Amino acid sequence: MHEAGLMQAVLEIAFAKTHDAGASRIERLKLRVGDLSGVVPEALQFAFEAASPGTAAQGAELQLERVPAECWCERCGLDFRPHDIIYACPRCGEISRQIETGRELELVSLEVS
Amino acid sequence: MCRDCGCSPGSSTTEHAHGHDLAHEHGHAHEHHHQGDSAVHDHPPHAGQGRTLSVERSLLEANDHQAWHNREDFQQKGVFALNLMSSPGAGKTRLLERTLDELSAKLRMAVVVGDLQTDNDARRMQGRGAPVVPITTGTMCHLEANLVHRACHQLDLAALDVLFIENVGNLVCPASFDLGEAARVVLMSVTEGEDKPFKYPPIFKLADVVVLTKLDMAEAAGFDVDLAVKNIRDVAPQAELVQLSARSGVGLDAWYDFILRGVAERKHEVEEQTAAVRQ
Repeated sequence: MHEAGLMQAVLEIAFAKTHDAGASRIERLKLRVGDLSGVVPEALQFAFEAASPGTAAQGAELQLERVPAECWCERCGLDFRPHDIIYACPRCGEISRQIETGRELELVSLEVS
Repeated sequence: MCRDCGCSPGSSTTEHAHGHDLAHEHGHAHEHHHQGDSAVHDHPPHAGQGRTLSVERSLLEANDHQAWHNREDFQQKGVFALNLMSSPGAGKTRLLERTLDELSAKLRMAVVVGDLQTDNDARRMQGRGAPVVPITTGTMCHLEANLVHRACHQLDLAALDVLFIENVGNLVCPASFDLGEAARVVLMSVTEGEDKPFKYPPIFKLADVVVLTKLDMAEAAGFDVDLAVKNIRDVAPQAELVQLSARSGVGLDAWYDFILRGVAERKHEVEEQTAAVRQ
């Protein structure tokens, strides 16, 4: 449950960026949240609703883009998206240790006015 | 100069020679994967219309930045730092108590220990030949790199071989926060259920070593060790696996071996760095 702290980081970055752009209102925030980031999207949404009122982000839309885990198979070289918590290669069965995506936790963009 | 407290992590020759700001990459853990939305650019304003600002910044950048400095500091001073993570009561403190007792003749060790409240764990580990620094996090469910950095002010890192960082008992949040450690240690005890890796995959998939603790209680707890081992290997194929009991002592040799190997690697790195500077 560290989503409140993370949302604070989101808003700090967003307010600075909005100010630098000479804008006063944030209409949309787009975040990228990896399945392996350890963050619960619903908790981020809740944290946003708690932290945004009375700020430039009040009433803004929080858009969360989920990033699924993707792996690379060391044995046969296949890039694949696992369907399970066990990251077994669908071609050769080797369990992958090479996680390529899924840990993202990023503020991608803002829509401001 | 350190941003928070004005101290100087690392040697003066390399101190912030890279002149970075927080938003840029060090070539360490800030990898970004962009998923085909490169069409996001800064657009000129239109009357009465919103405009899109590209940001592309990690929410963890401040922590990652401090972790990078911690790692650099540990590396330069030859300290093997381990981040111990588990649910509450898995046996982190008990394992460290015994480790301090049994390795203090061989290694110079210290512990930084995080808890929401009380310094009970810190007091348990004191008097065993190693300095122990408590961090009381209040309401925070994990340690962050700046807390570890500040705790390290109370230690002479250059005089250490090993730094144990005992994280707050929690299998979720600590996974997101790099502390600058060389090894991530995830513990699970035989009283927790064999399917723990399936319930908390992010932390298990980050582990360098998974330690199955309280092995002496497996039978009493009706715990299927073979099934748990299979689950750990399936979810965390990258991790070494150690099975032990800090009470009976079974399996501790493998744990100590892991630590001694880490220390040896670190010393080797420092020797190479020193040799490179002389050339």
